[in-house]
Amino acid sequence: MALFIVRRLLQAIVVLLLVTMITFALLRAIPGNVAAAVMGPNVYRDPAAIKLFDQTYGFDKPWYSQYLLWLGHIAQGNLGYSWNLNQSVSSLLGQRIPKDLVLVGFAIILAVLIAVPIGMLQAVRRNKAVDHFFNGFSTVFYAMPSFLLGLLLILVFAIKFPVFPAEAPQGETLGVIFSNFNAMILPIATLTLITVALFSRYMRSSVLDNLTEDYVRTAKAKGASERRILFRHVLRNSLIPIATLLGLSLPGVFSGALITESVFNYPGMGLLFFQQAQKQDYPTLLGVVIVVALATVVGSLLADIAYAVLDPRVRYTS
Amino acid sequence: MSMPVMPPDPSLGLGLSAGLTSVPAAEAPPAEAALPPGKPRSAFVRGLEVFVENKLAVTGVAIIVAMLLFCFVGPLLYYGDTTVVDFAHETLPPGAGHPLGTDQNGQDVLARLMTSGQISLEVGIAAALLATVIGMLWGAVAGYFGGVLDAVMMRIVDAALSIPVLFLALVIVTIVTPTEPVLIGVIAVTSWLTTSRLVRGEALSLRTREYVQAMKVMGGGSARAVLRHIAPNAIGTIMVNVSFQVADAIALVVALGYLGLGIRPPQEDWGAMLSSGVQYVADGYWWLIIPAGACIVIVITAFIWIGEGLRDAVEVRLQRR
Repeated sequence: MALFIVRRLLQAIVVLLLVTMITFALLRAIPGNVAAAVMGPNVYRDPAAIKLFDQTYGFDKPWYSQYLLWLGHIAQGNLGYSWNLNQSVSSLLGQRIPKDLVLVGFAIILAVLIAVPIGMLQAVRRNKAVDHFFNGFSTVFYAMPSFLLGLLLILVFAIKFPVFPAEAPQGETLGVIFSNFNAMILPIATLTLITVALFSRYMRSSVLDNLTEDYVRTAKAKGASERRILFRHVLRNSLIPIATLLGLSLPGVFSGALITESVFNYPGMGLLFFQQAQKQDYPTLLGVVIVVALATVVGSLLADIAYAVLDPRVRYTS
Repeated sequence: MSMPVMPPDPSLGLGLSAGLTSVPAAEAPPAEAALPPGKPRSAFVRGLEVFVENKLAVTGVAIIVAMLLFCFVGPLLYYGDTTVVDFAHETLPPGAGHPLGTDQNGQDVLARLMTSGQISLEVGIAAALLATVIGMLWGAVAGYFGGVLDAVMMRIVDAALSIPVLFLALVIVTIVTPTEPVLIGVIAVTSWLTTSRLVRGEALSLRTREYVQAMKVMGGGSARAVLRHIAPNAIGTIMVNVSFQVADAIALVVALGYLGLGIRPPQEDWGAMLSSGVQYVADGYWWLIIPAGACIVIVITAFIWIGEGLRDAVEVRLQRR
């Protein structure tokens, strides 16, 4: 088992390297003049300025030496300097990451706590009223784009009945956010509802799958109580795909967070990414992608370890 | 005279819709009722029975057929100018002449809903199908062969999966002008990863099952194992995944449209339509956002219901034997 974990750790590092390669290659492969994107179209009148820009940021070198140079900087903890915001990428991320920890963290924890019991209840009461009710609930919220949900929540809870502010807290520090937590309710609710819809569907399917397994019949034949079968056998086996899903769902949740942040104008990483993507601010984009990818790779690592621990049928060749 | 190579046909969606609408016709229950008693029914027919019994799934198919008719045949029957700006008739509430009112440019909302729907549906369905094919092949090969090949292939998938789809798509469409084929490509290229992981997981688990082992002992090769045993057993997962992929692809098109990075004006999709209506919502012009929002939710819901129905249909243990 220890060997497996070490191997998975090494794999995780390889994956992160691949992420940097994919992102870097994508940003460099796509046509477009970076100097013009950063300094505006007027720069075309001044070829010397373009040349200076290219030299300063290494655009005159071949792509692989650009990549290695950039990788070397990353290894030293230097994520570069934003071309638009006049700030280092690490200080930008330092401001934004805690905000996403609040938004995404709350949403995921709440979603798991709500979705697992709902999914299980639905599976056990398959095709009963309670199943149909929650099925309708999760289908509607899964089908609803996060921006539509956010807008509807604003319409109802901020404009029609002004209970919560329509805009997320605007502040540099976490203190501001927690002292104004009322304004966080709608963004967190948006992201949570959408995530619950996703998780509870998977949980229901997973429990349903397990309820038809032979071991359930065996346990029944042995005389095990319904409660024991559900909580000792089915729940544990059903959580296996959920573990994988949690790791895999992080990027999806971040996509949802990007939209949620743009609807509520919450200054997290998603909004930063969206704004800087339009200005081709590569250092910032790379920085955000690496942080999100790191979170996902760690999540995926934990999920895979959980998978191997929980399901001996999945044999990994050693 | 030889025909020149044509650029991608903009009416591609019509072909797609024709293909889709023919599916429910083939699924009509009388065909199976006519089967002679006692004849062993195929897994397909047994699956069909379960699917047809699922009211939500049938409703889902009906909704998609209706929506395809609405978006592609609707404009032939209902005319509303979506090209001319007419400020004299801007933001009219629903009423005579304009069943769903007019927007901030004085254009008919119902007509816009149809043309925007064409883009959303075409891009969503085409991208999902493309993504599924890519993901299926990638996952089956990796899962079945295992070892170094699996490791390399899945590490690439892991890496790409760690980058949120929306982030990837966003970067691409801010730089490349998102025409319809480009958008299909971008969404397919960023969405096949989940499918490949699912299929790979199935293959990984299936290849250690007794019947595959037994077949190998009897001298069966890899191709037979993948095609005869692993693929058919994984097909359920794949089919269910396709309908969810379509739902997700439409959600992604719409999200890009909402962020202002979808198809460029004057063409637009439901997301862009909704986005341009948002600023007027506080004024009470609900018809600028509710119709587009409702269409998005209804279509995605329908694909989810179909997915659920398919899931039940391919689940052998739920079939009557």
